[in-house]
Amino acid sequence: MTQPLCLSVAELTCERDERYLFRALNFSLNPGEILQISGPNGSGKTTLMRVVAGLSLDFTGALFWCGEPIDEDRPGFHASLLYLGHHPGVKPTMTPEENLRWAMGLHRNDLSRDDIWAALAKVRLTGFEDVPCYQLSAGQNRRVALARLFLAQQPLWILDEPFTAIDRQGITELELALVQHAENGGMVMVTTHHEMTFDYSGFRTLVLGGSR
Amino acid sequence: MTLRGLVRGLGCILRRDLRLAFRNRGDLMNPLVFFFLVASLFPLGVGPSPDVLRIIGGGVVWVSALLANMLALDSLFRSDYEDGALEQLMLSPLPLSLVAVTKVLAHWLVTGLPITLVAPVIAIMFGLPAEALPAIVATLLLGTPMLSLVGAIGAGLTVGLRKGGILLSLLTLPLYIPVLILGTGAIDAAANGFPWSAHLMWQGALLALGITFAPLAIGASLRVSVSG
Repeated sequence: MTQPLCLSVAELTCERDERYLFRALNFSLNPGEILQISGPNGSGKTTLMRVVAGLSLDFTGALFWCGEPIDEDRPGFHASLLYLGHHPGVKPTMTPEENLRWAMGLHRNDLSRDDIWAALAKVRLTGFEDVPCYQLSAGQNRRVALARLFLAQQPLWILDEPFTAIDRQGITELELALVQHAENGGMVMVTTHHEMTFDYSGFRTLVLGGSR
Repeated sequence: MTLRGLVRGLGCILRRDLRLAFRNRGDLMNPLVFFFLVASLFPLGVGPSPDVLRIIGGGVVWVSALLANMLALDSLFRSDYEDGALEQLMLSPLPLSLVAVTKVLAHWLVTGLPITLVAPVIAIMFGLPAEALPAIVATLLLGTPMLSLVGAIGAGLTVGLRKGGILLSLLTLPLYIPVLILGTGAIDAAANGFPWSAHLMWQGALLALGITFAPLAIGASLRVSVSG
């Protein structure tokens, strides 16, 4: 890849029921940056995440990955993207290990059992590796999904409310993971109502819904 | 993405879908039980006369298989849609049409294939001659994957609707008609001692057409549902 990694958004507008969620939005995200999208409920944070990830096609404007329109190489963009939505696709009848193996298997197939267990240990699920997920709490299920962050090779992370149902210590660890990813040249786009506690030079905030 | 990576990624999806199916035994058995129940309602409805049953037997097997297949279709994408797994599938670098056809394959392995294997039992129950049994298995073997492929387009379109079940039937049942006609035609011909390879070839041609084009349509229908 000749172009440096960069996500940029130009004149992004999304209208729902004759009401603008956001209008002529311009921003770019470079390696080493964490962008927090904030704003009140219903201000279009999730919609923005879905538009950028390519899940929602109901918008006007342009999206660029490494300087090229995303539409031109969607599989290439998806290979660089880790997206965690409100519903992270954790199956209750499968164990955390199986869930993680499936989610990672969509991107890479070189993971050993030890890699999977190490990632689960990092989200403090040691001892729960082969317990069906329906026996785990909401927070633990969320952690099963978040364990993907510790195995992901994708440079761009789009995380929609990753802190939901996570305890305080977990949030601190998660913030650390975000900063580490950014320091290693990754980029993070995250929505949360939580105030980030870290002090990181590449951290920026984008507020939606302020102009209405 | 390399071919090896593609095959392993799709294999991962197939294994997981089969595993989920075997963990939810109820979902696995329901279509099969439904198939038996619907087929056994006919003798109660039309009376136990062996002559009548022998005439309608082939049709009953096919219509029951078709209804059982349709009953199971609603669950093809629904749970993945509701818990976000479908989003993950769409955002993987694997081509969506191949992902979709892998899911359909997993679905067929746990619904269409068992139905095909137990169909001769129903046929014997209806007193169909032994010559018809190979025709029943062969037409179902070629026909049920086609039902799953066509049905998956409808399932993809209706997965975003809360009560998509009845709409799914209205969308897909008319499209099942050619498959049904060819299937029962072959069984009828076989039961009466006529050659039935022409029907089978037509079914094979339909299946080839379905495998070629349905994945694209399923992928597109899923994209519509998820982005809506």
